[in-house]
Amino acid sequence: MSLDKATVARIARLARISVPEEDLQPLAEELSGIFTWIEQLNEVDTDGVVPMTSVVGHALHHREDVVTDGNRQDAVLGNAPESADGYFVVPKVVE
Amino acid sequence: MSAPLTSFTLAEARDKLAAREVSAQELTDAHIEAIASAGALNAFVVDTADRARADAARSDERLGKGDGGMLEGIPVAIKDLFCTEDIASTAGSRILAGFRPPYEATVTANLWREGAVMLGKTNMDEFAMGSSNETSYYGPVCNPWRATGDNRDLVPGGSSGGSAAAVAGELCLGATGTDTGGSIRQPAAFTGIVGLKPTYGRCSRWGTVAFASSLDQAGPMTRTVQDSAIMLGAMAGHDQKDSTSVDVAVPDYEAALERSVKGLRIGIPTEYRIDGTPQEIADLWDQGIAWLKEAGAEIVEVSLPHTKYALPAYYIVAPAEASSNLARYDGVRYGFREDRDDLTEMYEATRAVGFGSEVKRRVLIGTYVLSAGYYDAYYLRAQKVRTLIADDFKKAWDSVDALLTPTTPGAAFGIGEKSDDPVAMYLNDILTVPANMAGLPAISVPAGLSAQGLPLGLQVVGRAFDEETVLQLGRALERAAAFDHRPTPWWRDQA
Repeated sequence: MSLDKATVARIARLARISVPEEDLQPLAEELSGIFTWIEQLNEVDTDGVVPMTSVVGHALHHREDVVTDGNRQDAVLGNAPESADGYFVVPKVVE
Repeated sequence: MSAPLTSFTLAEARDKLAAREVSAQELTDAHIEAIASAGALNAFVVDTADRARADAARSDERLGKGDGGMLEGIPVAIKDLFCTEDIASTAGSRILAGFRPPYEATVTANLWREGAVMLGKTNMDEFAMGSSNETSYYGPVCNPWRATGDNRDLVPGGSSGGSAAAVAGELCLGATGTDTGGSIRQPAAFTGIVGLKPTYGRCSRWGTVAFASSLDQAGPMTRTVQDSAIMLGAMAGHDQKDSTSVDVAVPDYEAALERSVKGLRIGIPTEYRIDGTPQEIADLWDQGIAWLKEAGAEIVEVSLPHTKYALPAYYIVAPAEASSNLARYDGVRYGFREDRDDLTEMYEATRAVGFGSEVKRRVLIGTYVLSAGYYDAYYLRAQKVRTLIADDFKKAWDSVDALLTPTTPGAAFGIGEKSDDPVAMYLNDILTVPANMAGLPAISVPAGLSAQGLPLGLQVVGRAFDEETVLQLGRALERAAAFDHRPTPWWRDQA
């Protein structure tokens, strides 16, 4: 399995990580190497096998549908790189 | 001269504190001093000496009145993956620079409830992604151990490398770790200490920075099996804030330690004899088998046919979950931001600069395997393989009570030695990953030294929620191995 430069550029965009043009080819080769190794999984017969959804089968707890936390605006905003008037501040997105 | 206070085991310190032979403040000061003279190990990223002194004073007050929790006055270190209220929590990443959580992780809250003293936060691979502690934004951790006649710096393993080095270097009496694919057990083996990964669901994941949510599990790292039993007792328990934490009673783990292993059936999985395993690892394994046989256990050869697929399946499941979990680091709500005029450019630049190369590599792998058109071929197939791996273990439990294997395919290696080849680095976890994929409890116990004089570990894997048998066998191996080697404290000369 080999990933080309265009595929790496596409997944980098999906992952919102900028990758400089000159890094795309080396990254494509590196990821291709990893996927070649991963693809030994194709040897396994998985017909009719149920995919794992929970590693320790247990019933989820039910709880009352009530508010247990909140009214902590300062704590929520406390770590923001930029905030104002009770909001997170980001670069302008609407003209 | 009597041994320094930092050489106590956690259990010895607990007993001396209760008997008022030593005060929590003396014990804490001795550890603060040890940490101050161990800068060369780079084991800590956040030092909380003032907090430790305040904790210790409070513990002495309680102990003076004859009360106190299970860990009252015991100085511990916390892997920097656990969110600690108002104390920097970085996950070893630049992207969390400056982050001070307004809440406390359940596992650490449990430790404080039981009276533990917080010394600081330990270095780790960035977002727990690594097997050598070299991916930390805060620099690599040095293993306190060095090969005989060689003063090159070695890795402590990872991702809980700072915790492992702190415990091995006698900078704390115990430390928390987390284990997603071997991140407690592999560094424990590399540093000659005990590391226990509990059953998935035994310890709450709430407040622990998420890497791969279906695999992550917190556990203790200590110098003895008894110490791990004590520490796990304090860390474990059901938590309403983590729906995957399981509501089963936490047994008295310490009570399980001295049970005889006579009559226990121990499985030796054929598939763990991997081609190219060094002879000394095979010999160590044989030695472990002989020890358990002498202790009266019955040895049974078992087959876990899908073992070799656990690691490649892990490298789909873990990156997939990581790519989703790490989407929250967007430069808006916490931590680091790389300013740009455009929002998308800001996200992309923040994540490009804030994440290190291994984290980016895994986020890209995860994004790819979850992307449209590839989900069935990769993620779904990996989750099916995971079912087969778990079924292998379930079948084994029909004929055995636990499994014995080596923890790692080799001893600690040099810093920089494996950083150029991701797959070679991933292979470090080949013997530890299957237990994560199946959610099972597993312990690594120091069992001997390599020809180069470096520690090697043996691993015991048990049934889900049967940490007691795992600890009991760990104790039997510890007793037989009588591993009393300690690293020479070279780092103290460099203070």
